[in-house]
Amino acid sequence: MLEVTTDWYLTLAAILFSIGFFGMMIRKNALIMFMCIELMLNAVNLTFIAASKHFGQIDGQIAVFFVLVVAAAEVVVGLAIIVSIFRKQSSASVDVLNVSRG
Amino acid sequence: MFELLIFFLPASVLIIGALIVVFAKNPVHNAMGLVMTLISLAIIYITLNATFVAMVQMLVYAGAVMTLFLFVIMMIGVDKKEQTSDSIKGQTFLVSGVFLILMSLLGYVAVNSEFSWNLWFPAVDYVVEGTPQLIAGTLFTTWIFPFEIISILLIVATAAAIALAYDSKIRNKDA
Repeated sequence: MLEVTTDWYLTLAAILFSIGFFGMMIRKNALIMFMCIELMLNAVNLTFIAASKHFGQIDGQIAVFFVLVVAAAEVVVGLAIIVSIFRKQSSASVDVLNVSRG
Repeated sequence: MFELLIFFLPASVLIIGALIVVFAKNPVHNAMGLVMTLISLAIIYITLNATFVAMVQMLVYAGAVMTLFLFVIMMIGVDKKEQTSDSIKGQTFLVSGVFLILMSLLGYVAVNSEFSWNLWFPAVDYVVEGTPQLIAGTLFTTWIFPFEIISILLIVATAAAIALAYDSKIRNKDA
């Protein structure tokens, strides 16, 4: 009889992180790349929660809150940048972006 | 048996959702794949006794962040054709190689240890339920300084988003 242990959750998080990394590398649309970053951040959150249960301490779950807030701030600023780039270039592809001047 | 089911059901939905995020062509489908991933993660959090984090995950991620994503998708259009050719030569091939190496390493370790890794520290035998009371009790005492810093970060991010999204041409026209 197999038992669900912490290792399984860590493995799942590793798979999720790898998928997010893969998507980040192959996609060109800045929006999709942001979603892949979210996947990677969520994989890290899963390891925090799994470790929190493994060690019987609440601090891992609090770290998840901080990651959540940073992710939300990152999405807000990132999407605002994408919108303002789209106004000028009418494209969200990262390949056409070669100036950092506004 | 039930324990296995309650792990593998959300886990498989999670992986499928993540693959949709990476491979779907229509950005709205990508966003829905991300919602799938986030909701199944919330279910996994509940099985890991982190009930409050699961609720926050549903509200903040599957609610607020995804609304923001969909809002921007609707704003900049969904019917844009994405360029699929590699800008760096052999990019997709190279990244697929790295991905396969990572996965095979993981598979090797899992099979080699017969799916039960000996973590350095054994699991505790009691259960800590992630209730709002317990989380608030720790967050507002031990973690109060990071908490304040993170609130400043949120305000800065909000101001930055408004400053970035505010079009100076429109502003000059109004004046």
